[in-house]
Amino acid sequence: MNARSITPVLLFWLVLCVDAEAARIGEITENDPWEQVRRFFTLADPGLRLGLAGALLFGAACGLLGSFIVVRKMALIGDAISHAVLPGVALGFLWSMDKDPLAILVGATAAGLMGSLVVELIQRTTKIKQDAALGIVLASFFAVGLCMMRMIQNTGAASRITGLKSYLFGDVAVLNRQDVVTITGVVVVTIFMVILLYRPLLTIGFDREFARSTGLPVRWFDCLFQLFLAFSIVVALQAVGVVLVSALLITPAATAYLLVNRMHHMLWVAAVIGMFSALLGVFCSFLGSNLPTGPFMVLGASSLFLLAYLFAPRHGRFTRWMSYRARRRNVSNENMLKSIYRMIEKGIAGQDGRVGVSMDLLAGERQVTMAELVGDLRRLRTLGAVDFVDGEGQVVLTESGFKQARRVVRNHRLWELYLTNEADYASNHVHDDAEKIEHFLSEEKVAEIERQLDFPEVDPHGQPIPGRDRA
Amino acid sequence: MALFVTVACALIGNYLVLRRISLVGDAISHSVLPGIAIAFIMTGSRTGTPMFIGALVAGVAATVFIEILHSRSRLKQDAAIGITFSTLFAIGVILISIHGAHTDLDLDCVLFGKMDFLPVKEPVFLGLPGVAVTMGALAFCVGLLIILFYKELLVSSFDPALAASMGIHPRLVHYLLMSVLSVVVVGAFTSVGAILVIAMLILPAATSCLLSERLWVMMLLSLLHAFLSSLAGVHLAVALQVPTAPACVVAGTGLFVIAWIASPRQGLISLWLRNPDPEGAMEA
Repeated sequence: MNARSITPVLLFWLVLCVDAEAARIGEITENDPWEQVRRFFTLADPGLRLGLAGALLFGAACGLLGSFIVVRKMALIGDAISHAVLPGVALGFLWSMDKDPLAILVGATAAGLMGSLVVELIQRTTKIKQDAALGIVLASFFAVGLCMMRMIQNTGAASRITGLKSYLFGDVAVLNRQDVVTITGVVVVTIFMVILLYRPLLTIGFDREFARSTGLPVRWFDCLFQLFLAFSIVVALQAVGVVLVSALLITPAATAYLLVNRMHHMLWVAAVIGMFSALLGVFCSFLGSNLPTGPFMVLGASSLFLLAYLFAPRHGRFTRWMSYRARRRNVSNENMLKSIYRMIEKGIAGQDGRVGVSMDLLAGERQVTMAELVGDLRRLRTLGAVDFVDGEGQVVLTESGFKQARRVVRNHRLWELYLTNEADYASNHVHDDAEKIEHFLSEEKVAEIERQLDFPEVDPHGQPIPGRDRA
Repeated sequence: MALFVTVACALIGNYLVLRRISLVGDAISHSVLPGIAIAFIMTGSRTGTPMFIGALVAGVAATVFIEILHSRSRLKQDAAIGITFSTLFAIGVILISIHGAHTDLDLDCVLFGKMDFLPVKEPVFLGLPGVAVTMGALAFCVGLLIILFYKELLVSSFDPALAASMGIHPRLVHYLLMSVLSVVVVGAFTSVGAILVIAMLILPAATSCLLSERLWVMMLLSLLHAFLSSLAGVHLAVALQVPTAPACVVAGTGLFVIAWIASPRQGLISLWLRNPDPEGAMEA
């Protein structure tokens, strides 16, 4: 709780101590990249300090708010709101006939809020689904905004409207000190709101019906949340632009969603990722001359997302592929041990497993070629489960390999018996099921089944069930 | 010209709304940007074919990414769409601002379209400019495809399982639909711009879905909507001296609002007549 509120305060302080004649990032001309890097990390330029502070702050705010919209499955509401603000921007401009930030801010927030309310209204009163409702609001508000802009331009105020282009693509370099102070204010309030109203927001986010039944004013919270969302989006617009602001809402939150399972962790991680991508964005656009900041922020966020998508500890593609491979290898190892065990059992080899099993026969039993068999056995040998008998084309189970094989066979046969006795399966239908589950039964489960079956000796096919390990 | 664009979009838009993937249209229209930028950088020309191919590839790639992201991770489709299109769009903007800064590849044009800036120099066919002919042919092809594969599209939109049991491959249909969508979006793109394409896709379908419950009636109504909105839009554009594309969208929105309020069975008025207590109607 403490650390969470300290960060924005620090950044706020950073903003305040910027000297008054702050230059804008865009005006810095420096060609040596290393010099640029040094200047970036020493925060030599006041303009950079401004832009960076602003970017970091709304990176954090977008992460926080984005977490809620991602878990509520309304990720694209940010997209809709950010487009819907355009008529508000135009109206704010009309009202003041200048690029007065306050008028534009108020107009834009109002339009954004209205957009999200219309989305809800359409969903509630018609059979149109959320996606279409979002699309309608997004495009129609935007079109109205475009028309109004053009009409403003037609009246001859075109020269003063140039700053509006940054609303579309965004550039941290155009932020002036007043903007950053506004951003800071909004972000601090947002963060405090999320901390204070964490419980109700969480409840509404996951289970609206439950929230309503506990007497929470769900509607009011929705409106409040959307107000803040619209507000943050409007504030972020200047730096990243209409199209990409939704990315800053969704991507850090989605990354966090892949990484952690609990909501308050997710908020944390999303805020940090948001700040980090903002940092990356400002850094890249600072290095190259005249590059837009917003797209680089988005790319930073997207590459973090890609990393999480591939390597997240539990849900990553690569991680899951690795564990899948390990599991499959384990299954194939255990099957090999089982085959050897059964050949020993059939009397093809000596009872204690010390005498070797012919690899020719084993290959026939497993229905694999000799080369494949030898490869598999080599792998088992490195695990210490089998050993080759030199010069005789035979293989023996080691002590641990024998135990493992017996455990698998025991699982298999106990499960078959369980299915026939307790679940009324026909005895000729139980093998396939047991073939799968034998690898995954835990010690406790097996013991429980055994107890329930009253310590049986033979399986439904009349084969002996090996005893419990005496280890 | 406006008519051809709206008709092609309206036809395919019905299926987007039905399949609840309306925003995929939006995603594609944004995602084609890097394709266009790369085609432009590689060939250095601003003419149709390379750009069209680049855009098409990028559009189809975007649908594939969305599909992969949402079927292979715990993310929902909305988040997958948001991430995909914003990433691709960001790449596009960066590419253009690095390479296209000195050229005439203008972001404004790419984003907002220039329906009224129809190139007069282009070859003229039957009194219509080349772009319009392309778009008209596109609209015709889309119409033809939909008539030919009406049953397949219908079944796989409403019940993928049934479609699979009938020997229709739902995934194949999905990707085919997405490729056609990409073609239409790319075609419409130059005239209406990336952001307004979605309006052309969704508005007719959403309006007609308020008025009818049968798919073929819906499609006819959406054609009517496309026709009316482009007609009204052009007049509006002339009257207010605004660009044609946004004006068409504004007109289309007007039609939607009328349907929303006055639709015989699902409109706000009939809702209110049946249940005068507005709170109750909304909760229902």
